[in-house]
Amino acid sequence: MAILVSKKVTKRFGGLEAVSKVDLEVKEHAIYSIIGPNGAGKTTLFNCVTGFYTPEEGVILFNGRNITGLSPDRVTRLGIARTYQNIRLFKNMTAVENILVGMQPHLKSGVLGAIFRDPRTNREEKGAVEEAIRLLVYINLKGKGDLLAKNLPYGEQRRLEIGRALASKPSLLLLDEPTAGMNPSETQDMVNFIRRLRDDLGITILLIEHQMRVVMSISEQITVLDFGVKIAEGTPQEIQKNPHVVEAYLGRGAASGLGQALTAN
Amino acid sequence: MKSKSSYWVKTLQNGLVGGGISLLMGLVGMALAFDKTYVISGVITMGQIFILSPFLFEAYLSVRHAPSKDPRMLFLVGGLSGLVGGAVLAAFVLIGEVVNLRAVLVNASPNLFALLTFHLPLVPGILVLLVVSLVTGLIAAGVILLPERIRGALSQAVMVVVILGLFRDLIVTVIVKWGFVQYAFLWLFAGSGLKIIGALIIFGVIGGLAYWSKGRDRKAIALKRSPRQQRVTRWGTLGALAVITLLLPVILGSYFSEILDNVGIYILMGLGLNIVVGFAGLLDLGYVAFYAIGAYTLGILTTSEAVGLLHLSFWLATPLALVIAVAAGVILGLPILKMRGDYLAIVTLGFGEIIRIVVLSDWLKPLLGGSEGIQLIGKPAIGSFVLANQQQLYYLILVGILIAGFISIRLKDSHLGRSWMALREDEDVAEAMGINKVTTKLLAFAMGALFSGLGGALFATKIGSVYPQSFSFIVSINILSLIIIGGMGSIPGVFVGGLALVGLPLLLSQFADFRYLIYGAVLVIMMLMKPEGLAPEARRRLELHEDEAGPGPQEEPQTVVKNPGR
Repeated sequence: MAILVSKKVTKRFGGLEAVSKVDLEVKEHAIYSIIGPNGAGKTTLFNCVTGFYTPEEGVILFNGRNITGLSPDRVTRLGIARTYQNIRLFKNMTAVENILVGMQPHLKSGVLGAIFRDPRTNREEKGAVEEAIRLLVYINLKGKGDLLAKNLPYGEQRRLEIGRALASKPSLLLLDEPTAGMNPSETQDMVNFIRRLRDDLGITILLIEHQMRVVMSISEQITVLDFGVKIAEGTPQEIQKNPHVVEAYLGRGAASGLGQALTAN
Repeated sequence: MKSKSSYWVKTLQNGLVGGGISLLMGLVGMALAFDKTYVISGVITMGQIFILSPFLFEAYLSVRHAPSKDPRMLFLVGGLSGLVGGAVLAAFVLIGEVVNLRAVLVNASPNLFALLTFHLPLVPGILVLLVVSLVTGLIAAGVILLPERIRGALSQAVMVVVILGLFRDLIVTVIVKWGFVQYAFLWLFAGSGLKIIGALIIFGVIGGLAYWSKGRDRKAIALKRSPRQQRVTRWGTLGALAVITLLLPVILGSYFSEILDNVGIYILMGLGLNIVVGFAGLLDLGYVAFYAIGAYTLGILTTSEAVGLLHLSFWLATPLALVIAVAAGVILGLPILKMRGDYLAIVTLGFGEIIRIVVLSDWLKPLLGGSEGIQLIGKPAIGSFVLANQQQLYYLILVGILIAGFISIRLKDSHLGRSWMALREDEDVAEAMGINKVTTKLLAFAMGALFSGLGGALFATKIGSVYPQSFSFIVSINILSLIIIGGMGSIPGVFVGGLALVGLPLLLSQFADFRYLIYGAVLVIMMLMKPEGLAPEARRRLELHEDEAGPGPQEEPQTVVKNPGR
């Protein structure tokens, strides 16, 4: 069963078609990757799914429900969470606070609750903090809850951002280049972590990734975009053999050396 | 490591800056305005303190950064810095002797030259000026050489003497109300400022107390106490504070109560704006609008004039005024939800002006009275007891502040408070976290408008009349400044800022002409030296001074922009 489906999604900026008639079908519990050269429209597609952009054409379905054009907070409330290519934590808030903000969709108390602190609000707040601390342990940030997000090292910031996304208990998690700027061993940790998310929590993962080694080892399905157009789709093996993909990455002349270039990476 | 010669250049610069500031104080008229205000009767005037304190400050800076701590070196540096400052003033006096500066510089009057030359003839006057500057610089060096504990005690004692001397008139008006107790204190004061003997006694007592209290190791004492004792101490302090707060108008009399009332209304509004600007990060420059709406609504509803509607009591009219202010907050909030930063500031600024101009217009004159405003606004009454004077209204304002403070504290530490903070940090991401931008922002505007409206209602009933002139743009700026001075997002900061920025200028009526000059200078200095404010929120201090006491690792996040995507 497909959790996320996009049909002929098109997003234009002025005369430029950043995303052009893209079809996508992400199966539940899959790890699905979108790859493509710089400016291929991958992040734009993410922004369409999460409600930051409204596509000019096409439909996006989440669990069979049309979510095209919903505001970002509504989309999140339905169960889609995301991280960003350049980490966008709330830098001047502590790690715990970042996670607590992520829990927003599940907190019900309002202004009056906050002012009068009725038992229900207190219970909810206490439960939220306990859960946030459990989440911190899960993402391996135990004991760092009171540090400002900006004072955490890079790898921990990445994990905290994922933790914040998990706090909304999503069924679909969009990760935008989660291994950017990481060394090989950190990258391997992140790959294992992403697998664990899917296996432990049953979350479907949609991934933008640049490191071919990561993409090929982790993904079950891959879609390749180039200049906003889907040029290939399939399993890692199929993608590695696809001449269009190599052409897009290395240029027409290099197409002969395609297989080696992708597998060796 | 800076070379020694560049250090001497720096010292000369400091001296010149000191002389420059001093000259400025003279040329804007501040020194002259306080020429007759003795701090210590017959010894030193406030005007002279204004002229000399920049030397002291700049010499202190020079000495503190001296390359060697050899006393001879320090005295040389301090003296040189002071002397250079004095030379600037001396040069100014000499130029003034030859050229008529007054054509350009209005305050370069014979009186100013007389002040600078200590009312002596030209040559001896300049010599005395140079000697006094030199001595001021040497004092700065001497102060540095003293042990920390004595230095602290000395500076506190000097500060108290200057404050008591400067506020002599106000203090005496309070003291004379104390019955026979007045004679214990009155003799310390002269006709202007303190008597010499009074100054010495106060200096000794305060200096001694400060020296003694600095000697105690507070932490060690606190640790020795049992939890129960600590609890008792804490409640005791709170109780004492509450009693003092309650008794203030009785002790201080009506003049001070009026000042306290004004400060209180500003604090109330500051608490509201603190939610909008400090918590939610929405820069609102038209905050005065809600103040005006609260005041005018209460005015219309309670006035006994013919233009009034309904002629309600204060207690019925206030909730209505608040509802209307909050509605205005929401109405203003709706169209500007999508705006950020500068744009938001400009639109809110416009809104503030629109309200003032609408109130002033002929169109609404039958209802709002145009420039004549609304008079005969009702005072609040409890049964047959009318809260008529400033002392009684103080308590009403106090209740307003307590409610606003309580709500602020509770909201800040709630998930709504965190949502505001998240919006302030990164609006897009906050939205992606499931925060509803519309309701969350509107709630901030509504809370701000609520407290501002309450401030307006209290203001209207306190003054008994409202005029459009009371709601000018500068009120918004004042409230914003008091939040900045106190510390953005800090609740105690609002109180500190209110007392410093609204209370002090009201106390120092002689400063009235220079109010905005000092305002500007204080804001600039604050932003340079203490950007987090006087009573900052713990988090904000962390943000701005992490390099000094940064917790945790300081690994620089790599900025790898491999794929800017789209």
